[in-house]
Amino acid sequence: MGLLDQKFESSNVVITTMDDLLNWARLSSLWQMQFGLACCAIEMMAASASNFDMMRFGVIPRATPRQCDVMIVSGTVTLKMASRIKRLYDQMSEPRYVISMGSCSNCGGPYWEHGYHVLKGVDRVIPVDVYVPGCPPRPEALIEGLIKLQEKIRNESLVQKKAV
Amino acid sequence: MTAQEIHDILKAQFGDAVLEAKLENVPDPFAKVQADRILDIAAFVRGDERLQFDYLMCLSGVDYKGKLGVTYHLYSMVHRHKFVLKVEVPTDAPNVPSVESVWKTADWHEREAFDLYGLNFTGHPDLRRILLPYDWEGHPLRKDYQTPEYYNGMKVPY
Ligand code: SF4
Repeated sequence: MGLLDQKFESSNVVITTMDDLLNWARLSSLWQMQFGLACCAIEMMAASASNFDMMRFGVIPRATPRQCDVMIVSGTVTLKMASRIKRLYDQMSEPRYVISMGSCSNCGGPYWEHGYHVLKGVDRVIPVDVYVPGCPPRPEALIEGLIKLQEKIRNESLVQKKAV
Repeated sequence: MTAQEIHDILKAQFGDAVLEAKLENVPDPFAKVQADRILDIAAFVRGDERLQFDYLMCLSGVDYKGKLGVTYHLYSMVHRHKFVLKVEVPTDAPNVPSVESVWKTADWHEREAFDLYGLNFTGHPDLRRILLPYDWEGHPLRKDYQTPEYYNGMKVPY
């Protein structure tokens, strides 16, 4: 193709579908809703730091839901926090995705029995696209979850009409 | 100062208000005192030259099944000694005078004990829940607490 090694000098033409182009753009810049809820957040931070560097996948932590594409729920969702999570999720613009990171946000984790204050799974308040198991999951596992989400986005279509 | 000496000073000052004590073979020697005198005792142990307990390390609620209690872990930065005070109150009338006016630390500690055990600290300036949401019902660290089925439409049990 010579697109990159010729540095776009001769006017090359690339043919692709609209869907592929849009999806490629979307999955390569998944901005992340930044908030950590418990111990899992430490691993999420490690995944963003230099050793694992999630930014090479285009994941940039943002501090406001309005600029985000994916919410990484990393940690214990208390009942007090659950309504806030729902609200932040509602403030994100579509298309939006959720990665549930760690046993706590998957199903309550170690608090599944005696945690009177813990929501037993964040999927009770918002829809989840990818579950990452572990207590806590290693950064590699979170990145694997991210790649799973990219796969999902790659197979979506924004252009085709949806069946109603 | 040893625990025995601290206890003797308390006993000399407050007499019958100091109920019982365990001073040996425990990691933290303690004296149990009458709940309605705790504010006087707190002000005394903080102000007295020999004791000077200027630091409330921890204030905790306890459920003894049938009785509720509060435990005060005290430390003196000046004399570098420590001591523990305990009070007990009946579960149906859990009134304990607030020591917030003596140690400011007690403000949030007492709110926490109120939140989780339902202890009523009389004279506290702002006795609200501190950890749980304001509309939570009940006090979860009590032994007879029942976890609710639903909270604000969210199912609580697994
Ligand atoms: S899953 Fe484990 S590591 Fe993660 S927030 Fe829960 S307890 Fe902490």
